This record gives sequence, C-alpha cells and structure tokens, in this order.
Amino acid sequence: MGSPDFSRPWVTGSPDHQNIAMISRFIKTWLLPELIRGLSVTGGYFFKKKFTVQYPDEKTPKSPRFRGLHALRRYPNGEERCIACKLCEAVCPALAITIESEERDDGTRRTTRYDIDLFKCIYCGYCEEACPVDSIVLTDIHEYHFETGASGTISKQDLLQIGDTHEPAIARARQADSPYR
Amino acid sequence: MVELVVYVWDSLPLVLQLGLKIGAIILPLLAAVAYYTLAERKVIAYMHVRIGPNRVGPRGLLQPIADAVKLMFKEMIIPTNADRYLFVIAPVLALAPALGAWAVIPFTGTLVLADIDASLLYVLALTSMGVYGVVIAGWASNSKYAFLGAMRSAAQIVAYEIAMGFALVGVLMAAGSLNLREIVLAQSGGIHQWYFLPLFPLFIVYLISGVAETNRSPFDVAEGESEIVAGFHVDYSGMGFAVFFLAEYANMILISALTVIMFLGGWQAPLPFAPFTWIPAIGWFFIKLAGVAFLFLWFRATFPRYRYDQIMRLGWKVFIPVTLVWIVVIGVARFFTPVGYWFA
Repeated sequence: MGSPDFSRPWVTGSPDHQNIAMISRFIKTWLLPELIRGLSVTGGYFFKKKFTVQYPDEKTPKSPRFRGLHALRRYPNGEERCIACKLCEAVCPALAITIESEERDDGTRRTTRYDIDLFKCIYCGYCEEACPVDSIVLTDIHEYHFETGASGTISKQDLLQIGDTHEPAIARARQADSPYR
Repeated sequence: MVELVVYVWDSLPLVLQLGLKIGAIILPLLAAVAYYTLAERKVIAYMHVRIGPNRVGPRGLLQPIADAVKLMFKEMIIPTNADRYLFVIAPVLALAPALGAWAVIPFTGTLVLADIDASLLYVLALTSMGVYGVVIAGWASNSKYAFLGAMRSAAQIVAYEIAMGFALVGVLMAAGSLNLREIVLAQSGGIHQWYFLPLFPLFIVYLISGVAETNRSPFDVAEGESEIVAGFHVDYSGMGFAVFFLAEYANMILISALTVIMFLGGWQAPLPFAPFTWIPAIGWFFIKLAGVAFLFLWFRATFPRYRYDQIMRLGWKVFIPVTLVWIVVIGVARFFTPVGYWFA
C-alpha cells in the first residue's frame, strides 16, 4: 500500500487562498449545507401536486387500440360474423384458439366450437388482424378474473355474449382507429 | 358546579387522584402516538409525491385504529428457542421509560405532574433505560438478526447518550437549574432568549442525537431492513410488535418535547406581546412539539441510512468534542464577555 497520503487536495494556491479555502471548508462542514439542500428538495415536493391516480375511482384514458378481453361480433342483422376460416387459429402464436366447424342448414360454414384459452393468450391482437370479417376483436375490458383453473377458457357463447354487450364500445374504438389502418 | 367538582376531586383518595392525572397524560399520549404513525405515512407519502393512506375513514383518519385492531387480533408467536420471560418483558421495558418520562414534562408553568428538582436527571435516566428493551429483545429472540440489531442499537445509544448528556450539560449551565420548568423560565423574554441561538451547536447535536437515540432514519441501523431484516424486533408479531412500535413513536414524541423544553422555550410565545400571546401557553408547547416531531418525519423522507462506522465516527469523534468545546465556550462567554447575559 505504501505510506499513507497526508496531502490535502483542497488546499491549493497561495497561503491566502489556502486560508480562505480552509475557512470555507470549515463553514461547509459545520453548517451542513448539503443536508439543508436535501431537506429543501423533499420540502418542496411536500407541496407539489400528487401524481397518484386513485384507481377504482379515477381511471386514466385508454387507447382505442387497447388489447383486452376478446369478443366475437355480429352483423347488425344479428348474424354472427365468424365464417370459421380458422385464420386466427393459424396465426395465433400462443396456440390459444381452438375452432371446430360444420355446415349449417342454410349451407354456410359456421363454428360449432370457438374456445380461447386466456391463460395461453398473450393479447398480441394477431387474431383481430387476421380476421377477414372483423369477427374476433380485442375489447378494452381489462378488469376480469378467473376463480377456477377451468374457467380460464372462454367459449363461443361467452365471446358472443361479450360482443353483444360491448358492441357500441367496440364499434367506437374501431371507428376511432380507422384513419390509421 | 365548580365547587362540587373541586369537592369531589378533593374527596378522592390520593392514589385515585394520581391515577386520574397519569391517565390524563398517558391516554392522549397514546392517541398522539397512534396518529403520529398516520402523520408519518402521510408526510412521507407527500414528500414522495404520493397521497398516502386515505381509504379507512375520512381522509384515512381511522387508519391507526384499523392498524391497532389488526395487530391486537394477530397471534403473538414466541419462538421455540426464545427466552420466553425476557421475550415478553422486552417490549414493556422499551415502552415504559418513554411513557414514564412524561411525569416531569412541564406543559405550562403550572401544568406538570411531578415538579421535582432534578427532573433533567430523571429524564436522562429514563431515556437511557429504553435501550434495555431493545437489547433484551435481541437477546431473548435467540436469532442472529435480532442479536445483531440489538448490539448495533446498544453501541449506538451508548455513543449518542454521551453527546446528548453533554448537550444537556450546556443547557443546565446556561439555565442554572436541573428543573425542566425553571429551564423553560430561564428562556423567557422572547425568541432571542431561547437556547437554540446561544447554544446552537448543542441544539444541532441534541437534535441529531435524539434521532439516533430513537433509532430513527437515518440512524436506523438497529432495524436496517436491507441487511438485518427488522433487527431487534424481527421475531415479534402481534401485540409484541405493536408495543415496540408504540415505544418508538412515544420516544420520538418525548425527544421532541424535550427539545422544545431545552432549546425552544417550552410553552413560551416567540415574542411576549400580542398577537403571539393570544395563543395559550399550552398551545405554543404543542405547536412547537408538532414542529419538531415533523422534523423527524422530514429527516426520514430525506436522508439515506448512515453507514454503521460513520454513525460511530459521528458520535464519538464529532459530537462529543463539539459539545465539550461548546461547554467551555458557554463558561467563558458567561463570565468573561459582555454577551454573558445571553447565555444565562
């Protein structure tokens, strides 16, 4: 290690300057200016406007592109949009969608099963991008929970139900985002 | 009506009278401690630009009651290898001195439970007792973390007790009395007579030692969450923990009250004429008390925890020499300089 360093790097210049430097250092040591500056910072923030959003009472605005819980939409005449093309099932990177389909009495192809495993879903929105008939969409619902492991999968009936109850909001969000698509 | 009250009061046995007087101090004190915890959470939240607890009752005002009820209903676990007797008695030992010292605190010139001659010595003796609760808790828990916290606390309190004692020696030299009431009376005449001006270094030393004595941030290495979990009270739960909590905050309020009495003119108005005298004496006492108590919270929101060796260095190598030098300054100034009246 060598001999200890006894130099005083704050003492430089002529003897007069040395004295002034030592006096100012003495004052700085004893009047605690750093501590007072620290206190003044926190004291200032004490009176600042608070950032806290009181969540269930106050909510921040959500983008029309917000990707929350899924829904299946219908046409205005009540017919379900989904034609069981299975593009969403194919594009889904998490393999969360399971579709089974068969021909309906009127000759159109419809799904008999449309399950989304919400535990697998990563809410990427590719299903919505892939859908040729704007059937599967991601709504802005983000406050939901499951009480059993089995309820993590939602069925076609549930999805259509969500679509029916939230159709105005879904349509509004699509309308707001349409200029950018 | 008044005669009846006086008659009934006089006819009560002395023990009951004293009990009622003690209750009249202790119960509001415990309520103040409870609401001091809320004040701490609120003040620190505000300094963090948050809003703090506001869900229980209007503006969160019932939060301390909810906390107290929760702690009362929790199970108090005594670890298998703990010393059961000491484990249970330690929180009591921590709390009792903090409450006992209030016997000699003069709220106004006449309102004091026990106006004893050497009340300053009594206060010093009792505040030193508080550390036994911490040390015994750390020992009785039979856990490494608790033991480390207790040792740190013991060393820290020994170091700062001395500086604190010397700071008070300065006050007693200036006041010429060991009686807290007379110390306050010696500061009468206005804010320029309060001892925090002539004894400024001692005031600072006392305030910082007070923070260290109560194991408060930035001197809270005894509980140092980041390295020894919760220190001496890591094994306490339920009421045991609650009593330690009470003791910490009661000690803070006590140190605030002592600072007000020793250095900030006690119950005296800043200037001895209207409008300052419109506020009654006890009002001034509590206003000053609240101001110093706020400082404790402000410090906690501002300063990071001291490193342990720095705490020791500050106590032994800075504060004790400073107080010793200033005691000499007081003595010389008082008897050999024209401003001697200022120090008396």
